[in-house]
Amino acid sequence: MNLKFAALVAAAMATALPAMAQDLHFPSLSYRTGAFAAGGIPFADGYADYLTLLQERDGGIGGVPIRQSECETAYNTEKGVECYESIKNDNPLIIQPLSTGITYQLIPKVTADGIPLHTMGYGRTSAKNGTVFANVFNYPANYWDGASIAVNYLLSQNDNDIKGKKITLLYHNSAYGKEPIRTLETLATKHGFELTLLPVDSPGQEQKSQWLQIRREKPDAVLFWGWGVMNQVAVQEAVNVRFPMENFIGVWWSGSENDVLPAGDGANGYKSLAMHGTGMDYPVYADLKKYVHDAGKSAGAGDQVGSVLYSRGMYAAFLAAEAAKKAQELAGIGAITPAQMRDGMEALVITEETMAAAGLPNFGFPFSVTCANHGGEGYGLVQQWDASAKKWNLITDWIQSDQEVINALVEEDSAAFAAENNIEKRCN
Amino acid sequence: MSDTFFYAAEVMLNGLMAGVMYSLVALGFVLIFKASGIFNYAQGVLALFAALTLVGLQEGQVPFSHVINAVFGTNLHHFGWTLPSVVAIALTALVMVGMAIVIERYVLKHLVNQEPIILFMATIGLAYFLEGLGDVMWGSDIKKLDVGLPQGISETIETVTYNLFGYGFFIDKLDIVAALVATALVITLTLFSQYTKYGRALRAVADDHQAALSVGISLRFIWVLVWSIAGFVALVAGIMWGSKSGVQFSLSLIALKALPVLMLGGFTSIPGAIVGGLIIGMGEKLFEFAIGPMIGGATENWFAYVLALIFLVFRPQGLFGEKIIERV
Amino acid sequence: MFYRESGDFKTTYTEDSQTFPIKFDRIRYYAVLAVAFGVIPFFINDYWANAVFVPFLIYAIAAIGLNILVGYCGQVSLGTGGFMAVGAYAVYKLMTSFPEVSIVIHVLLAGGITACVGLLFGLPSLRIKGFYLAVATLAAQFFLVWLFNKVPWFYNYSASGQISAPERDIFGIILTGPNTSASAKYLFCALMLLALAWLARNLTRGAMGRRWMAIRDMDIAAEIIGVNPLGAKLSAFAVSSFFIGVSGALFFAVYLGAAEVGESFGIQKSFLVLFMVIIGGLGSIFGSLAGAAFLVLLPVFLKNVLVGMLGWPTDLAAHLELMIVGALIIIFLIAEPHGIAQLWRHTKEKLRLWPFPH
Repeated sequence: MNLKFAALVAAAMATALPAMAQDLHFPSLSYRTGAFAAGGIPFADGYADYLTLLQERDGGIGGVPIRQSECETAYNTEKGVECYESIKNDNPLIIQPLSTGITYQLIPKVTADGIPLHTMGYGRTSAKNGTVFANVFNYPANYWDGASIAVNYLLSQNDNDIKGKKITLLYHNSAYGKEPIRTLETLATKHGFELTLLPVDSPGQEQKSQWLQIRREKPDAVLFWGWGVMNQVAVQEAVNVRFPMENFIGVWWSGSENDVLPAGDGANGYKSLAMHGTGMDYPVYADLKKYVHDAGKSAGAGDQVGSVLYSRGMYAAFLAAEAAKKAQELAGIGAITPAQMRDGMEALVITEETMAAAGLPNFGFPFSVTCANHGGEGYGLVQQWDASAKKWNLITDWIQSDQEVINALVEEDSAAFAAENNIEKRCN
Repeated sequence: MSDTFFYAAEVMLNGLMAGVMYSLVALGFVLIFKASGIFNYAQGVLALFAALTLVGLQEGQVPFSHVINAVFGTNLHHFGWTLPSVVAIALTALVMVGMAIVIERYVLKHLVNQEPIILFMATIGLAYFLEGLGDVMWGSDIKKLDVGLPQGISETIETVTYNLFGYGFFIDKLDIVAALVATALVITLTLFSQYTKYGRALRAVADDHQAALSVGISLRFIWVLVWSIAGFVALVAGIMWGSKSGVQFSLSLIALKALPVLMLGGFTSIPGAIVGGLIIGMGEKLFEFAIGPMIGGATENWFAYVLALIFLVFRPQGLFGEKIIERV
Repeated sequence: MFYRESGDFKTTYTEDSQTFPIKFDRIRYYAVLAVAFGVIPFFINDYWANAVFVPFLIYAIAAIGLNILVGYCGQVSLGTGGFMAVGAYAVYKLMTSFPEVSIVIHVLLAGGITACVGLLFGLPSLRIKGFYLAVATLAAQFFLVWLFNKVPWFYNYSASGQISAPERDIFGIILTGPNTSASAKYLFCALMLLALAWLARNLTRGAMGRRWMAIRDMDIAAEIIGVNPLGAKLSAFAVSSFFIGVSGALFFAVYLGAAEVGESFGIQKSFLVLFMVIIGGLGSIFGSLAGAAFLVLLPVFLKNVLVGMLGWPTDLAAHLELMIVGALIIIFLIAEPHGIAQLWRHTKEKLRLWPFPH
């Protein structure tokens, strides 16, 4: 029995491994099934569509064709490991798992294998410190930036004084949800606000206790770190207890159409952070329509175009492609290796011109990556849901996170990691 | 009276309401366990499947569109029509009956006389299968379920309690509807099992399979019947939970919320499912309110089980379960 | 022809009661061992180790553990994930607190700690039976997961509550951490499995195993003939939890390298291991191995066929995979409710007579 299976698996593997070709391999570790599929599908579609566009319009990057592969993780760490192992010898230029759990799993592995890992706005925050985490990048912004941007936004709303205000953090009781706690605690001492923590156990379908508590205590603002079904339920419950939506601010993972649509009109005014623009008003969509959607080459069902998470997937692909260009420039060859890609990511500079050239003017905040700073400058936006028009509107200019606080925390956490794993600091 | 008292009372009321929602899921388990001794883990997935089908029919989605598109390169999504809720619910109920027939024919019939744990495992296999099928048929993105149920705080109760006590109580309108529906469901089920021919047959089977067979009751028909009813109960649970959180994969996990209810109320008792739900809902919410903040919160998931465990130590067959008689 | 007792004379009781009474079986067993320890380690690569062999070996240990409880002692448990978490967090705390002690000792100690926890959660089994007990063990599952998520001491106060295994070696060979070679991982887990399977086999056919089986078959009757139900049930819980704890420790330290309790040791894990036990065959050590192999290989195999060979979209493949796994489980239970082990026994019976079936 075992032998037969082994033989069959071997046969499958043998055919699955393509010959080494002169191309750029962009794997996508996506999740289109399971409890978090609603978030995974649009991201994966956006990621794939943008790369398809580059392939169809420009014939790849720098004249070298793009090869995409997709592997289903179902947001499950074991499947994530299996996916990683199956592609790691196939020259993957960049790994983006879209899962904090899988990221923690892969950080030691990619470092040992020399493959760059990009966790955009999720994953291990202290990976921002490039002197410790050589192969891990989390530009343009991370969880702690998110927490600080939210607080800074509240500061700007309250004439820079939130002393004595009550702020509640409602979070997914997992590694992901616990990330912002330390930052918020530090900021609470700094700005003198009162922080209450309210965990919700995964998956988070039943949040009555938490929302009753919010209703009783009437906090001045609720910050929200949710994912999956927890988002929809929280927005609905907020509507139910008539919590003023404009004081309810989600992180960028709790701010997609999926999260607010089920609550209908009540969700009007709900705010969330964003690290990039949203909507269809970008020139790139004309090209996408021409080369990808109308050509019948769109990924998935093609019904996610223009949504927040689709835009995020597209942004991730855009950053990856720009890094690949940089890497080609540095290495002087077209078919770069993962190690060269890593160098490209470390030298990545995103300016207004690069974004405009890609058809995404003003889409993200310009930033540059350095050897020591793998996390960008921590700029973000606040967007607000307009239930009647069914769209997200950006309501602020770029807000920077409190770099002083964040960097100190990053330094502390990464130093602990370096000590635990005997890592010598780089970039001297 | 102090505010804390009112807060606790509010939490308790909401706990009772949440308990009703758990009971709705637990009812399906009880029906099947009573009639066939099967611990049907697939009940949660049945609710998900029913809700998916309901939304799909309502919106006029093309079933299996994803497969069809992948195979034939077409671009089908919707038929272009929408159905009124009532029609869609009736059609979904029919689908659930069809499913009961299929399950009986292809699964249960072949597993007669197996040990309970084997049957339990078979239902987990069934749960996997249905989960995959639901996704393939209707897609795994999140869907909004709207059959016109009211939702949000009930202003009447808030105003009345505010005038009476000086503190407005929060009760979700959806919860009130759920409580009414659950009551109606239990009354209907009781009437059905007490006063109809098939109901009596059902009770006979629950009492003693072999004796029922010997007086000419068709076991297979009874199983189809009971799975259809359980499918209908799953549909009701799916509508309630789906209106609350949207329809998607996580809906199937509500089964886990129903297990402590079952344990506490007893696997074989319909009133047990209701009372168990009320106790569990109230207990876990009060615990989270009183003790939760001291130990870090998010206690509901495990406390429900621990509460049920405590009851079980004193009554190993659950509050309303049939007394376990053991002979050597 | 080759597979028969005739000509294989046994002159002592020891020979008569050995695990593999038939000569061919013994040879086959040594052949499997020789391949497992002499051939595979030289050919194994990272993909095979991490996607197939290491998870198989670790799940096999967990399945043997659960089989002792469910298959031999008849106490259904759904707390496996929680107990694996105990093993994982125990080994993490031990590894970080006493880095100078060998990892092997840590893994075994983690098993011991899990055994104590298992004993505690086994207490209700004296009063609660059948499915009520199964659901009651879920209390352990949810409580333990909550505990490890909530108390920062367990994850050394890290920011997100993730634990990650530091690098540890034995005789200079790295066993944990990202730089572990595929063969080291494989050999370490394989040796553990071999030792534990041997232990389980000998426990279950000794006096203790007989007591467990007596309890399983009819606990009141067993009590009447002098089996102490307290001792038998609790020892089954302890031994079973020891195995599961070791597997949890290996799962975290050797296989995953980093873990988050709710995600890695959730309720799904409990169901998965129970599946392995039932598909493999209740009350059979071989069955546990076969069940683990089946459920580890099947998804990987299906995925590689559907996505790799047929080139289907990944989501469709994943959904179909669910349907196929579900359908196969049902078909299996219908065709052979006693699991792969029973199929194997039938085959052996037939082989004994072959080629003259009369």
